[in-house]
Amino acid sequence: MKGQKNNWNRIMSYKWLYIMLIPGMLYYAVFRFGPMFGLIAAFKNYQPFLGFFDSEWVGLKYFIRFFTDKSFMRLLGNTLTLSFLNLAFFFPMPILIALLLNEVKCSWFKRTVQSVVYLPHFLSWVVIVGISYTLFTTDGGIITEGLKRLGFGQINFLASPGWFRPMAVMQNIWKETGWGSIIFLAALAGVNVEMYEAAKLDGANRFQQILYITLPAIKTTIITMLILRLGHVMESGFDQMYNMQNAMNRDVSDVFDTYVYRMGLVNGQLSYSTAVGLFKSLAGLILVLSADKLSKKVGEEGIL
Amino acid sequence: MIKTRKSYGNMVFDTIVYVLLGSITLIAFFPILYIVSGSFASVKELAMNRFLLIPKEPTLDAYRYIFSTNTLMRSMRVTVMVTIAGTVVNLVMTCLMAYPLSRKELPGRKYLMYAVTFTLVFNGGMIPTYLVVKAVGLIDSYAALILPGAISSFNLVLVKNFFQEIPQDLIDSARIDGCNEVGILTKIVLPLSKPALATFTMFYAVGHWNTFLTALLYLNDSKKWTIQVLLRQIVILAQGGIGDEASMGMQFVIPSQSVKMAVIVVSTLPIVLCYPFMQKYFEKGVMVGSIKG
Repeated sequence: MKGQKNNWNRIMSYKWLYIMLIPGMLYYAVFRFGPMFGLIAAFKNYQPFLGFFDSEWVGLKYFIRFFTDKSFMRLLGNTLTLSFLNLAFFFPMPILIALLLNEVKCSWFKRTVQSVVYLPHFLSWVVIVGISYTLFTTDGGIITEGLKRLGFGQINFLASPGWFRPMAVMQNIWKETGWGSIIFLAALAGVNVEMYEAAKLDGANRFQQILYITLPAIKTTIITMLILRLGHVMESGFDQMYNMQNAMNRDVSDVFDTYVYRMGLVNGQLSYSTAVGLFKSLAGLILVLSADKLSKKVGEEGIL
Repeated sequence: MIKTRKSYGNMVFDTIVYVLLGSITLIAFFPILYIVSGSFASVKELAMNRFLLIPKEPTLDAYRYIFSTNTLMRSMRVTVMVTIAGTVVNLVMTCLMAYPLSRKELPGRKYLMYAVTFTLVFNGGMIPTYLVVKAVGLIDSYAALILPGAISSFNLVLVKNFFQEIPQDLIDSARIDGCNEVGILTKIVLPLSKPALATFTMFYAVGHWNTFLTALLYLNDSKKWTIQVLLRQIVILAQGGIGDEASMGMQFVIPSQSVKMAVIVVSTLPIVLCYPFMQKYFEKGVMVGSIKG
């Protein structure tokens, strides 16, 4: 009895802290956990006019429909292909920029380069895609026009299935390389200068210094970032995909998010698209948790 | 002898580094430069494909055209308001929740942290979130762009971690001086966190300015469109018959290239104007990696 009273007093002494928590807890309950309960719609034939509770249960019907639909393999293929193309071509870029910047002693030059390459990170995907459209349009875009004059013929960068992926990866490189280099620069700042002095005495040239001192020093950062990216291979980025998508490239540009949007909000198949979304979220959850485990296994802090 | 050979190698190495970085910078800057100068070129010059980087007869025609109706200005005004209101809501909500969670002795804190961390790795997804927003009656209201994203769990954890770094002594002595928890938060914790809060203000504000998906999902009324949705309509959809949605809600003629460029410039200007201030903070405050509780 006395213990209970003490507990109560203890909680009451934090009264103000709990009051402060109320708005946040309400927010999480409604907008974060509310949708999680809404996932039940994936197992029901949700009809807006019947309401959430009166719609009939259908079990795994929509999941079976999705897994047996030909879109499933196409979406999975498109998503993973893009992720791995980004891993192969985008991922090394920030490391390269960081290594180059690390060799620059002239500070105004370094600052100028950094100011320019960080900027695109702050532009929206609509702006990035809009800029691509102006540069690459067949209707007199400067790059299309330039290539035509150089004898490459008319290339349809924006509305052909073959050019969609290279364009998407290039946009990603332009937008995120500079920003991505910050984390590696931070890691490079921690490298002991004496190591370079010792290497110089041993006759190592600048390239060898990068190879044997700088790169090993940021190895763990590189591995952590790689694992982090692997945890997110199911994410393609709705804004970029949706804005780059058109009728001509849909076969390669359709990913889970754009498909869910189209099926759910354009075609009104709410339960089916909720099931597709749930599959993606679950796959993402498993990947992130595995990435976290892996990261801890290689001796890193882990993501969570 | 060896010394000269070495410095020669050094020079070659430095040259390669500077040339590489210089070209990367030029390539990265070219699209921005092209869009800005193209917005001052005449329609004729762009159409004749003679335009490269410096307009021969600079003109403000494109800007006159885009400001001739109030569509763009209305959208800019709305977006500015949503950005300011949204960022204020973000900061208040994030700090109010982060502060109690930063107090390790608070009973029940552990379970709340579990819940927050869970939302970092799992969410209900697009359709269920849409249904919740609809159920609470926010469709076609600007609150739909603000409330569903009122707290970013990622930022919340980082702010909480930052608050935890504040020396316990300061908090204890304030309490002895008769300060209650609200006072401790507003008089001790927040003033000490100014640089961190500036960084989060920036991230939240840029996020609001650039938000596209929520506006696409929750605003059906084209009069209410924020800048990114309008931008898509003018710059991306109005290409003349390549997209299957090109016919959707289009009331105006296909805009010329210089008009599209001018719209891109105007809609990006606020970000570019704030960029020098933002740069001061983000380089110090990169917070990638561990977000342990």
